Formats: sequence, structure tokens, C-alpha cells
Amino acid sequence: MKIAMPVDDKFMDTSICISFGRTPYFLIYDTDTKEGVFLDNSAVASQGGAGIKAAQTISDNKADALLTPRCGENAADVLKAADIKIYKTQGTSAIDNINAFVDGKLSVLEEIHAGFHKHGEK
Amino acid sequence: MRIAVLSGKGGTGKTLIAVNLASAAKTSAYIDCDVEEPNGHLFFKPEGIEEAEIAIKIPSVSEELCSGCRICVDFCKFNALAYIKGKLKIFDEVCHSCGGCVLFCPEKALSEKDKVIGKVQRGVSDNVAVSTGILNTGEASGVPIIKKLLNNSMIEEETLTLIDCPPGSACIVMESIKEADYCILVAEPTLFGVHNLQMVHELVKLFDKPHGVVLNKCLEGENPAEIFCLEKDIKILGRIAFDNELGTINSNARIAVRENEKYKTMFSSLLQKVTREVHHETVANS
Repeated sequence: MKIAMPVDDKFMDTSICISFGRTPYFLIYDTDTKEGVFLDNSAVASQGGAGIKAAQTISDNKADALLTPRCGENAADVLKAADIKIYKTQGTSAIDNINAFVDGKLSVLEEIHAGFHKHGEK
Repeated sequence: MRIAVLSGKGGTGKTLIAVNLASAAKTSAYIDCDVEEPNGHLFFKPEGIEEAEIAIKIPSVSEELCSGCRICVDFCKFNALAYIKGKLKIFDEVCHSCGGCVLFCPEKALSEKDKVIGKVQRGVSDNVAVSTGILNTGEASGVPIIKKLLNNSMIEEETLTLIDCPPGSACIVMESIKEADYCILVAEPTLFGVHNLQMVHELVKLFDKPHGVVLNKCLEGENPAEIFCLEKDIKILGRIAFDNELGTINSNARIAVRENEKYKTMFSSLLQKVTREVHHETVANS
């Protein structure tokens, strides 16, 4: 299966990015072939709705699961429609999280935040 | 004659000044553009209220017509649309109502529907026609409500109109002062007050609006806001003292001009001064 995660750099030793929608890159990892592909996140400079666009990218790349430290409600809405399960990352290493996911040690992300899209808009 | 009252932060006295100037006039209109938390109506307690809902346009999809081309998804700068598993998802609260997705859809699968974001109330309080804009909680922008408040044909050129602006210097304030003939900037006598005054001062200069400052809550001794006005050569229209009696009347949601002859005289003279300034500006610019 294919799993996606927001990452800070384009190499396998990278760390998980704290933001899903505004992450610079995504790592799409295939647990069967054990190969990873890095994608630029085109949503990073969005005026708004970055989470929606990022979730669209994850869906278009046929990921089955997303590993992320957190996720906003609009992104979660898109991911749900795309049948992509969201798991909460542990620690910062991408590889450790891939291994933890394969070993069934990551739990489903329960806490969906309300997003930052309404702040300061006066 | 449209006079906007603004300040860089809340609580400086915009509503105090707008409400009392409107009350001091023979007849006037008061328009509360602080649509996120309008409070002028608490003072005026207007009667004979008429309400009108304000709606914006948001897209709606006909799934039979949608071909999944994603032109709308790619077009939207706010990412209000996503295309997932053969279905278009629309995020109403992310949409900024530009209408672009509807225009670009090659299948005519998108149409516009109304979404109510708030309302406008109109009523009368003695000599003052009171209009209030109310934005529903959680909505992104009050601009459509302010547009409706200020584009009303009831507001005639010759009517003295006080526009009570939202605090700050963002889009909704720009919308509120756009058609104003004159701007009154209200400032507090603190360094923080100076910072906020500077923000709105830059804004009115950018909009090329004639303007002057009312120094509110004045105490004995040095007034940083006054020093700022003198340095920048900004017209000082008046000074309102830090006055327990005025504060008490105001905090009880009563209108000082209607309660006490002393305040009637004070605000009438401020109104005269502002009116003279507006005429002076009109003559100078014609």
C-alpha cells in the first residue's frame, strides 16, 4: 500500500514536517516495493485552503494512508471523501514512522483541529 | 456629507463620538459599519426596525453535468474546491465569492447560489436614522454587508451621515471610508494609542481623505498622541477629557448629548468644527 507524509526535505533521512497543508514536500512511500517518491507541495504558498489542496495532491497520488502530526478539518474532510486513513506520527523521523506504521504501531489521528483559515481575517 | 469615524484599535471612542455627533445634529443618519460587533444600536435603541438579509454568491455543482476537468479546482486561488473520487467538493466558508469557477466551467455544471452571511437593520431614534450591519459569527468578511449599508439610496448627499467604522485598518475599514467626505481619527493619550493612530493616519493618507484627530480620554500632562499630531502636522479637531461622568453615561448605554446640556454644547461645537472642515476641503478641492 501507499502511504503519504509531510516532510521537511527530499531525502529518506528527512524529518516529518509539523504542518500538513504548508509542508514543503510530501513523501509517498510504497510499503510493497519499499520505494519512496518525493513531491513538491504546490499548496505551500496558497492564499488559503492549503490543507484542501494538499489533501487533493495526496488523493491524486493514490495514497491509502496519511501519516501526519496534525490535520485541519477541511483537509480531513477531503481525505475522508477519498477514503484515506489518517495516522498520527510519533517522533520526527520519517523512516521510524514508516516502520512504526508497517508494524501497526501508529494510531489513528483523532484530534482534527479547526484550522487556521479564519484567523485575523477582518 | 459623509463623515467616517475610525481608529486603529477598539475602545478608543469611535462609537462615543459617532453616536454623539449624530445626536447633536438637527437630523442625521448613523451607520454602524462595525459589523462584527455593532454597538451603536445599544445607545440609540432605534424603533420601527426593518431587517434585510445579506447574501453572497457561492458555487453549486450539478453532478450530472460535471465532467471532472478540474478547471475550477485549478482556478480557485483559495482552494475552495476539490475533486475526489469523481465528485466535486465545495468548501463554502473558504470561497471568496469571486465567481471565477462558474465563469470558467466549460460544461456549465456550476451555478451560483445565495448564502446568507448577515443582515442590515434600519430604524429611527428621534432625530437619527440608525442603520446597523450584522455579520454572522464565523463568516470570513463583512465587506458585502458594508457595501449594502453604504449604497443605500436613503443616504442622500445633503444628509449628515456618521459612519462608525470597525477598528483597525483592514479591508472592512477601507470599504467603510471609501465614500466618506471626511475622516475623524480617534486617539488615546498613550504610546499604544500613537501606534494605532499612525496606522489609520497612513490609511486615510493613502485614500487621500481629508482628516482630523479627536484626542479622547485626555489627562493632565504629556499626551503622546497630541505630540504625534503636532509633529505630523495633523489637524486636531478637539480634546475630550478623561471624564468620569461622561464615561458613566456612556457605559450605561445612554447618549451624553441627550442627557446633559454640557455635553450637547461640547459635541455640537465639535460637529460645527468638523462641518466647517468638510466645507473648507470641498471648496479647496473644487
